[in-house]
Order: sequence, then structure tokens, then C-alpha cells
Amino acid sequence: MAIEAEEPDRRDFLVLAASAFAAVGGAMTLWPFIQQMNPDAGAQALASIEVDLSPVKVGQAITVLWRGKPVFIRHRTEEEIAVAKAVPMKDLIDEYARNAALPEDALATDPNRTKDGHENWLIMVGICTHLGCVPKGQAQGDSKGDFGGWLCPCHGSHYDTAGRIRKGPAPRNLEVPVYNFVSGSLIKIG
Amino acid sequence: MGPMQRSMKRSWLNGRVVAIAVAGAMAAVLPFSAANAAGDSAGHAIERQEWSFGGFTGQYDQAQLQRGFQVYQQVCTACHGLKRVRFRNLAEPGGPMFPEAAIKALAASWPYQISGELDDQGNPIDRLPGPADQMVGPYKNDVQARAAQGGALPPDLSLIVKARTIETHAPWYSHWFHMLVDIVTGYQEAGADYLYALLVGYHEPPAGVTVGDGMYYNTAFHGNQLAMPPPLIKDAPVEYQPEAGVKATLEQNARDVTAFLAWASDPTLDTRKRLGWQVMLYLLITTVLLYLVKRKIWSRIEH
Amino acid sequence: MSGISYSSYKPTTKVGKWMDERLPVGRMFHAQFVDFPTPRNLNYWWTFGGILSFCLMAQIVTGIVLAMHYQPSGEMAFDSVERIRRDVNFGWLIRNLHAVGASMFFIAAYVHIFRGLYYGSYKAPREILWIIGVIIFIVMMATAFMGYSLPWGQMSFWGVTVITNLFSSIDSIVPGLGTTVVEWLWGGYSVTGVTLNRFFSLHYLLPFVLAGLVVLHVWALHVVGQNSPMGLDVKTPSDGVPFTPYATSKDAVGMFAFLLFFCWFAFFLPDYLGHADNYVEANPLVTPPHIVPEWYFLPFYAILRAIPSKLGGVIAMFGAIAILVLVPWLDTSKVRSTKYRPLYRWFFWLFVFSCVALGWLGSKPAEAEYVFWARVFTFYYFAHFIVVMPLVGWFEKPLKVPGSITEAVLAKNKGAAAAAPAAKS
Repeated sequence: MAIEAEEPDRRDFLVLAASAFAAVGGAMTLWPFIQQMNPDAGAQALASIEVDLSPVKVGQAITVLWRGKPVFIRHRTEEEIAVAKAVPMKDLIDEYARNAALPEDALATDPNRTKDGHENWLIMVGICTHLGCVPKGQAQGDSKGDFGGWLCPCHGSHYDTAGRIRKGPAPRNLEVPVYNFVSGSLIKIG
Repeated sequence: MGPMQRSMKRSWLNGRVVAIAVAGAMAAVLPFSAANAAGDSAGHAIERQEWSFGGFTGQYDQAQLQRGFQVYQQVCTACHGLKRVRFRNLAEPGGPMFPEAAIKALAASWPYQISGELDDQGNPIDRLPGPADQMVGPYKNDVQARAAQGGALPPDLSLIVKARTIETHAPWYSHWFHMLVDIVTGYQEAGADYLYALLVGYHEPPAGVTVGDGMYYNTAFHGNQLAMPPPLIKDAPVEYQPEAGVKATLEQNARDVTAFLAWASDPTLDTRKRLGWQVMLYLLITTVLLYLVKRKIWSRIEH
Repeated sequence: MSGISYSSYKPTTKVGKWMDERLPVGRMFHAQFVDFPTPRNLNYWWTFGGILSFCLMAQIVTGIVLAMHYQPSGEMAFDSVERIRRDVNFGWLIRNLHAVGASMFFIAAYVHIFRGLYYGSYKAPREILWIIGVIIFIVMMATAFMGYSLPWGQMSFWGVTVITNLFSSIDSIVPGLGTTVVEWLWGGYSVTGVTLNRFFSLHYLLPFVLAGLVVLHVWALHVVGQNSPMGLDVKTPSDGVPFTPYATSKDAVGMFAFLLFFCWFAFFLPDYLGHADNYVEANPLVTPPHIVPEWYFLPFYAILRAIPSKLGGVIAMFGAIAILVLVPWLDTSKVRSTKYRPLYRWFFWLFVFSCVALGWLGSKPAEAEYVFWARVFTFYYFAHFIVVMPLVGWFEKPLKVPGSITEAVLAKNKGAAAAAPAAKS
């Protein structure tokens, strides 16, 4: 066996360069395989829906499906609005509005949970911020919890008439999605 | 090395017997194959076209796709759907890239409606399409299409370019060469070549050929009798916008609508080839580096 | 293990030592993939084993990803593949890699098989290694066949119909049994979405069976050691070099060169190896004018059609694969490598030519002249195994085989140095 003299510098550089290339290539190959699990073009395209609110009477609520999630739309009574407005901020578990249309540090006052001029409409993603169940309180016969809003049946989180968490394990108020009044009683969510 | 050389010589003699046998077998095959090829080429010959998206570097021509869409919209939509393409796709990169607003207006004014959905009362409804919806054709299903077209089914065109090809009839001794050339040049446009040939292939039937009732003579179609009436008209082609700067002819219409349908069949072609070159470059460099490493390692021993 | 195994494995960390005393996985991998002595004169044809392992892993990874988006039902399958091509992020890429990957897997497998045949890698003591390889090949074909049915295009549907119908030929032995078997395979009275569902289930299962078989194949290889281009085993330490870095660095070059070829098809010719008809959704009322299987089945398809009887064709087709199992005993030659077999060499290339010719004929319509030539080459295909291999082995006088790998390497390098002293720097 003829063992030739080593050229350590060149060989080390070569091994290093080749290994680096192979490693970077391997890492870049992972990208498509991770990316494929994200929402596809079809899911992204269906990301907004339009809802006509005109059939929903005062005191009634409807649930619509948006991006696979239930969206609660409640036509609040004057009394419910008044109760929600009267709550002092210090009574809230989560003091932020959680409204996608507002800055993150906006406070959870009742007006910040709705749209100006449309305060009778409360529109929220109907998913408990604890572990993702759908709270009760949409149907007429449902228990609405201790605060007249919603009650999550899974672990007993109570939400008030502005969808704010008041009692129970949930950490945050129900989320308000991006929506707009397109015309009259027609809204576009997303 | 004496005995070694002797046996090498013998091996060559032994081998030559077999070689002659193989050559004889080949000679026997040749005449038959050549005759066969001649017989086939007497049928329909389809010429290969130049396409902007052809070969291993080609990309779609956005202006051509826009013109092609116009031809599709004015001509093909009368009978054919394009259900795997959604209006939003027309705005995406690598396609015709119409502006978003134009797509919304186009979807809202589409002549055919989306069916199969229910209203609040549970009744089936038809509604106008939106950007996320399919580019549906005039018929709700194949049964309805056949009934309206006298039994012939106008196929959905979303995959028509991928679903068609040109049969190769090269004889066995040159077949591999044609394959090699196609592989090296990245030829994938057989479907487009066929479709173009079909669209410009309507002619008066030659003397002695009778064409069935409700059928049309076409040189590209298998069997030459096609139920689709000539979609493009020589004397009244689809006129383009003056700013397109392209003269409208039957051939130009056919070429543009074929390009558009090629995109509909393969909307990721541009990205695919771009990424392909980056990957090839990476692999080439890494292969060379690895080869140098291997050579260096193996230089330590005789092998 | 072959006689000369030693271990350079020395766990350096505390955790490594702790583990080594309890479950010496590291020691095992070190012994098999670092210290393992590999012949010092292997050529690049020997890199295809590693390439095939890569192909299997790549198919499993891309396949698992595709299964996340694919819907195995008669109504949804075709649409879901189109959704993968158009809407899923990088779906077009992963689908192309999987579809082209199947062809690449077969290209590599055929190179690997012909390499084994040329260098006599099936001869004692490698019979079990070879037979496991044949089983891998059969399971691979079953996996690929079921995989091709999944897009549920016209070729998928009619391919499944035609191939499953092969089993109806059993009717001519036991009336009614063939039909019963076929209906059992179909889960109905024709190929339907029910058939598709079970094929999807099996297509997902079989690659893992393959992975297990590959472990056995590599195990069997490492027990008897690798063959070499001269048909010689590693007998003394100087015949071999450690697997790492020698074989690994060479395998890496082979694999990346193969990837260049792979990616050329995956990015620039993704549909070249497929059929245009498979972009038409399955339609049980219309058969495409020209049904052909995927290219890698074409030689066997040609053999099937070459035999005029239905049952005979089926037996010939399966026999063409099964006969490979007997090769270690059909070859009577005293030397392994065809390099030293002056007469057999020509028959080997005639056999390769026959396989390619059968492949080409399989893609042609079953018309008179094509069938005639398919019969000629089918005849030679079987004659090669049954007649040529035993007889040539007896009559042929092989060339002188070097005494050892080391001797051959040194003689070759000395010869080269003598012939062109300036060439070697």
C-alpha cells in the first residue's frame, strides 16, 4: 500500500466545502417538505366570506363558518350593551380588546369590541381561548353563564355580553376577527 | 502474461461468432422496421412548433397567455369548461397575470353560474362565481353536455394539453436516438404541438373520403373525423386589442389559445424550470466537490 | 462477518460508554458502516446499492407527504392529485419527485441487477443475498403497480383492470377460481373506488416491508462481504479498505451524479416517463386506444403478449421474474466475473439486448411482426437462463483470474505505469 504524502490544508478545505454544500442542500430540501403543510392556495383564497345580517332579529344570534371556525354573530339588546359598557376595567381578567382591527394594546372596552355605529353587533370567533371548545350561549335555550354572555361547557369559562372572559380558566377574551360592513347589513369577514 | 494474451485472443474469436449472430439478427429486423415506419408516416404528420415555454429553459409569454385567454373566452367557452382553473389563477405569477380587479369583474360577469350549493331553505341554487371559483363551462355535467351536443362530449380543457401527445413511429434502430434528443433538449410540448395542429387542421376532405353526418375532416385527429366544428374561422379571427400589436389570424389565434391551455394544464411550469436550474447548479457544484474529496481520499491507496 | 473484522470503535464520551455497555448500537453501526472492509477495486457500478437505499427513503418521504393531501376515493382521487399539482405549496415538486422517483428507483434497480449478473454476485456464498434481492424486486413491482393506480387516470384504471384480470387465467385450470380471485382483489364485479382504497392501503404498507427486506439484504451482504469486479472476495486485510471514508466518499459521488439525472427529469421532463392518457380521469366506459404499462414493466408485458395462450402468457410473465431465483444454481461457471468469461460475455450482452428489445416491443401494439420478434426475444430470455448459463459454464475455458484483489490492483497499476510512465504523476 503506497500511502502518499497528505496535503492537509487542501483536503480539509475540500472536505469542509463538500460537507457544507451537502448539509446546506439537505437543509434547503427540507423547506418544501415543511411548507407543504401550510394552508394551500385554495384555503387562502377562501379566506373571506360575506354574511347578510338582515334576518337576525334583536336578541338573536347566528353562527357562521369562517376558515373552518365558528364565528358568533349576536344582535345585542340595548340592555346587553348597557351591561357590557358598565363593567369597570378592573373587573376584567384580560384587559385587552383582542380585536384584529385594533392595535394589540387597545383596552377591552365595549366599543373596542365592536365597530363604531354598529355597536348592536358583536362578532367574534366562537372558540374558547382556554383549549378550543365552542362555548354555549348562541341558541335560545343555552345557558349563557353567570354574565349573560357565553359559557364554555368544557371547563366552565364564563364570558360576558361583550365576549370578555370573566370567570374560569380561559386566559383571554374571545377574539374579534377582521370584518367590515360592506353595505347596509352585509358584512365581509376576513 | 503469455497465457493471458493467448486466452484473450481466443475470447475474441469466441466472441466474434456471437457478434456475427447478433448482426445477422439485426439485419433481419431492419427491413421490417423501415417498412413499418414508412407505413405510419403516411398517416397524420404533426409538426413540432416553436413555443416560448418549450425546452428546458422556456417560460410562458404573459402577453400571449392574455391573448390566448381572450380566444378561449370568446370561442371555447361556448362548449368547454375549464374547471380546474380558478379565476384567481388568472392573476397569479407565471400565468396571464390579469389585475385583481379585472379578475373580480370577469368572475362576476362570467356567463355560467356555480351550481350545487344550497340556500338557507335547503334548495339548490345557482350563483355568480367569485375569484375563488372554478371557470365552469355551460354544462352542469357530462350527461347534460352530451344531450346538448348530439352525443359528442366537449371535454373540459383544464388538462387537455397534458392529456394529448404525439405518437412516435420511429423504427427501433433510431427510436433511442430520438428519445435521447428529446431528453437532452427537454421536449415536453407534444400536447401543445398536437392541439395546435388540430386547431389549424380542418380541411376539405380529400377526394374519395366521405365524412360522416355532423363530422368534420381534420388532418391531426386520429381517424380524421371530428365532431367539433372548426372553432376558429379563417376570415373572421378573434381580433386582439390594438395595443397588443399582433395581427389576428387563424394561426395566431390557434397558437395563443394553445399557449393559454398549456398554462392551464401546467400552471407551475415557470417556477418549476427556474427552481430546476438552481437545483441543477447546486448538484453540479456539489458533485464536483465530492468527486475531488473522493479522489483525495482514494489517492492514499492504490486501487 | 467476513473473517477480517476488527473494531476501531472507542466511545469517547461518558454517555457513549454508558450506552455501549447496555445497547451497543453505535458499535454495530461503526462495525458495519465504518470498519466494514470493502474491496479496494470497486467501480462506480457498486454505488447503486447506496443509490437504491436513497431512492427508497426518498419515495417513502415524498409518499408520506403526498398521502397528507391525496384522497383515496374513486370520486376524489383525480381531483386531489390536481389540487396537489396546483394548490398545495410545493405540491407540484413533491408529486414530480415521487412520480419520477418511481422510474429512477427502477433504473437504479435494473443497473444493480445487471451489475450483479455481470460480475456473478449471485454465486456462492451469495445465494441468499441474491434471492432477497429478487424478493425486493418483486415487492417493488407490486408497490409501483399499485402506486400507478392512485392518480385514477385512464391509464391507472385500465392498467389495474388489465393486470388484475391476469388472475382470471386461473379459470382455465380450476373453472371459476380465477374469477373468484379477481373479484376478491377488486372488492366488486369490476375495478371501482373500492379497489382504489385497498391499493392505497397496500401501497402505503409495502414500502415499509421493502425497508425491512433491505435490512435483511444488507445484513446478508455484510455476512458474506462484497463481491468485486474480478469476482474475488476480500481475503486479506490488504484486499480491503474501510467502508468509511473510502466507500462512503465514492457512494456520495455516485449518488449526487445520479441526483443530477433524477432532477433533470423531475424538473424539466416530469411527464416524459408517464402517459398522457393518465391526465384523463378514469372512465369505465372507454378504454384508451393504446394501453401500455409503465416503462419498467414493458419487457414483462412483451413476454405476456408473446405467448398465444392466456394462461401460458401469465405463467411466462411471472416465470420471467421467478427464474431469477434459480440463477445461482443455473450458472455452472467456475469463475464469478464475466470479465474472465470470454464466451459468456457475448451472451450477457445479447441478454441485455433482448431485455431492451422486449421493452421496446412491449410499448408497441400487439401486431404480427412485433409479436414475432417478442417471441424471438422471449425465447432467448428463457434460453439464456435455462440453456446458456449451464452449458457455457461447462464448455467455456475462463481466463486466468488473479490470485487476489491486491495482486490484481498492483499488477494493473504496474502495467499502466510501464505502458505510460509519464501519465502517472
